[in-house]
Amino acid sequence: MPARTQWILVALVVFLAAASGRGAAAEISPTPLVLATTTSTYDTGLLDVLLPLFEKLEPQWKVQPIAVGTGQALALGRRGEADVLLVHAPAAELRFMEEGHGLSRLPVMHNDFVLLGPPADPAGIRGLGAPEALGRIARGGFPFVSRGDDSGTHKREKALVKEAGLKDLGTGVVETGAGMAHSLRVADELGAYVLADRGTFLSLRHGLRLIVLAEGDEGLRNPYSVIVVRPKEEAGTPAQRGHRLIGARRFAAFLRRDPIQQRIRRFGLRKYGQVLFHPDAMDGDGRGRTR
Amino acid sequence: MNEILGGLGEALRLVVTWDAEIVAVTWLSLKVSGTATFLAMALGMPLGTLLAFGRFPGRRLCVALVHTGMGLPPVVVGLAVTLLLWRTGPLGAWGLLYTPTAMVLAQLVIALPIVAGLTRTALESLDPRLRLQAQALGATPWQTLVVLYREARMPLLAALMAGFGGVISEVGAVMMVGGNLKGATRVLTTATVTETRQGHFDRAIALGAILLVLTFLVNWGLTRLQERKGRP
Repeated sequence: MPARTQWILVALVVFLAAASGRGAAAEISPTPLVLATTTSTYDTGLLDVLLPLFEKLEPQWKVQPIAVGTGQALALGRRGEADVLLVHAPAAELRFMEEGHGLSRLPVMHNDFVLLGPPADPAGIRGLGAPEALGRIARGGFPFVSRGDDSGTHKREKALVKEAGLKDLGTGVVETGAGMAHSLRVADELGAYVLADRGTFLSLRHGLRLIVLAEGDEGLRNPYSVIVVRPKEEAGTPAQRGHRLIGARRFAAFLRRDPIQQRIRRFGLRKYGQVLFHPDAMDGDGRGRTR
Repeated sequence: MNEILGGLGEALRLVVTWDAEIVAVTWLSLKVSGTATFLAMALGMPLGTLLAFGRFPGRRLCVALVHTGMGLPPVVVGLAVTLLLWRTGPLGAWGLLYTPTAMVLAQLVIALPIVAGLTRTALESLDPRLRLQAQALGATPWQTLVVLYREARMPLLAALMAGFGGVISEVGAVMMVGGNLKGATRVLTTATVTETRQGHFDRAIALGAILLVLTFLVNWGLTRLQERKGRP
């Protein structure tokens, strides 16, 4: 093949790639709705089930789920970079609402935190209450993997440490600065203790050696809320803001609809033999609370 | 060990059965990185040419900047582009964050210095007499440029491939500006991260293998070109 023909072919291929790239960018016609959420709703696969249902129902919006820790999700909301939040850190959420960043905050579901560790349990925490267990881990300097990312789980870990009257979790702490699934893998590899939400743990359990050592405390209850963010003046035109706000409200209402609440309860039931997320808004008035 | 072997088997099955999600992710990777490379060529080749032949104050500084840019950490580019594209940021009105366009933009910033820098090197390593000869034979500046580009076509193509190889394997920037949204902005590298995190090692291995094959093809092409350059 002569050099010139080769050149033309190369140029053609590159041009076609470029043209199709532009086409892909232009395809997005529904309004993007940014959902900042905790990693647990994402890593368990719950959002993969719920979002298509929402988009089928409300095709004017395309949900962009940004899976970050609750702390970062709230920060995105404060900046006006997210339209709706699905988070699990009640104290921080209340502060967010008091500061006027949210328009509504409603319960969606809950599960619980569990304290996991290697089956050998070197610190001997099996069956203890969470504060006592953390005390033993801290005093013995046993390895503990902390999220270290200001997520809801990390906030709860800090609250439990405080509740146990400890300054920190001792010399064995490793901070991953990453999501729940990643932190679970690190803990598993290091043979360390770790605080996790039950949903993420169950969804990954088969690849992990970690087992549940402490559970059932009232202090380990893990409620998830949906927050509609007050749109920021600077974020887009009034029309854009208004449309996003409608979308955010519809999404919040969607999560609390009966069929969706039932779908949340069914989620993972067959695969893991347990309910991963217990719905909290059945019949729209919280009668579905199971704990 | 069983996990790895099982993963490899499953990976092969996913590729052979043309798994829809993996095909879509691969296609998006090619589109985003291909577009970014094309734009990097359109802007970087003139820039590299200017740096090779232009004589203007600050040229040395520009060359130094371009060379620094050739090693720009993708996460820094990702951070910068994210800050620009925030809804409340300077370019927020464009509404580009978490779109393939934003990913193209970030990868363009990464690829541009690579293409420009290598274009300059390619043109500067040509025999200077070639340029003089063309001019002596009465070629216009444009005709001279065509002659020089033709002479340097192999290293120029190599510059393009280096740019493409750099962006298709990059994870930091596309993760930040694309948000790794399933079915919208998830590419080979970010999908590999996600699948590993979620414990789907088979899918992660499949994605990693595809990425490896793509980068291998690019580098193989590069080597072939460099070998051909040696021959008359």
